[in-house]
Amino acid sequence: MHAFANPARFLKIARPLTPWLFWGGLLLIGVGAYSGLFLTPADYLQGESVRILYIHVPAAWLGMGGWSAIAIAALMQMVWRHPLAGVAGRAIAVPGALFTAICLVTGSIWGRPTWGTWWEWDGRMTSMLVLLFLYFGYIALARASAEEGRGIAENGGVSRVTAIFALVGAINLPIINRSVVWWNSLHQGPSITMRGSTIDSAILWPLGLTVLGFSLWFGAIVLMRMRAILAQNKVEARLARLAREG
Amino acid sequence: MNHWPFIIAAYAITALGTLALSWASWQQMRAAEARANDMKRDN
Repeated sequence: MHAFANPARFLKIARPLTPWLFWGGLLLIGVGAYSGLFLTPADYLQGESVRILYIHVPAAWLGMGGWSAIAIAALMQMVWRHPLAGVAGRAIAVPGALFTAICLVTGSIWGRPTWGTWWEWDGRMTSMLVLLFLYFGYIALARASAEEGRGIAENGGVSRVTAIFALVGAINLPIINRSVVWWNSLHQGPSITMRGSTIDSAILWPLGLTVLGFSLWFGAIVLMRMRAILAQNKVEARLARLAREG
Repeated sequence: MNHWPFIIAAYAITALGTLALSWASWQQMRAAEARANDMKRDN
């Protein structure tokens, strides 16, 4: 990973990669969503509402995956002092929070016709809501550290407190994952595991397209936000140097 | 119960969020890189 520690080397790869990930992701999302809406059959139990699956699952995957990536970046920042780790953490936070919110909202919308309620304070929904609040906390801490100047000193990264917050927050991830096993829940149990899927293949196949598509698109957004932070950091460093010289 | 209004609402919210974040991130990146390039040229 230290091969990409140099921002110039990172940008050399990120610039051409961004449009490929972005447009490739959007294309797969479009094909997957169309297939999920119009080509797959309705579920025998849930009826048409099962089509929300194709956006709800990628949103959950990116909400949890986003925090996993933030925690890994925090670890890399603290242990190896990787100069881009904090920048990556900052760049992931907003899209991660957005997809956690989308997961909660689409889940709530799906719950109304399926369970007869918009919301239930059970393990899965509550732990996912906690993840959204963790994202808000991380965003606020990262912004505060950047405004205080520490972020600039650390090449646009985040403060040590923010990195520790990210690592502690990762405790919530296994809780979200196991919540439907540990506690009684309206939410269904794990449908896709290492041993296979309980969802019929006639319904399942577009999910791979939307999960891959949203993941590629998420990668493009993170690269865009990292590029913005690095460019902003360059400007601020130059302004600070000019001020010192003047 | 007709499920389609729920499906449409879920997809619309996702599309709106995805497009809004795409636009905001692209604008932010473009503005920041243009500013950095301008500053490089000025010096």
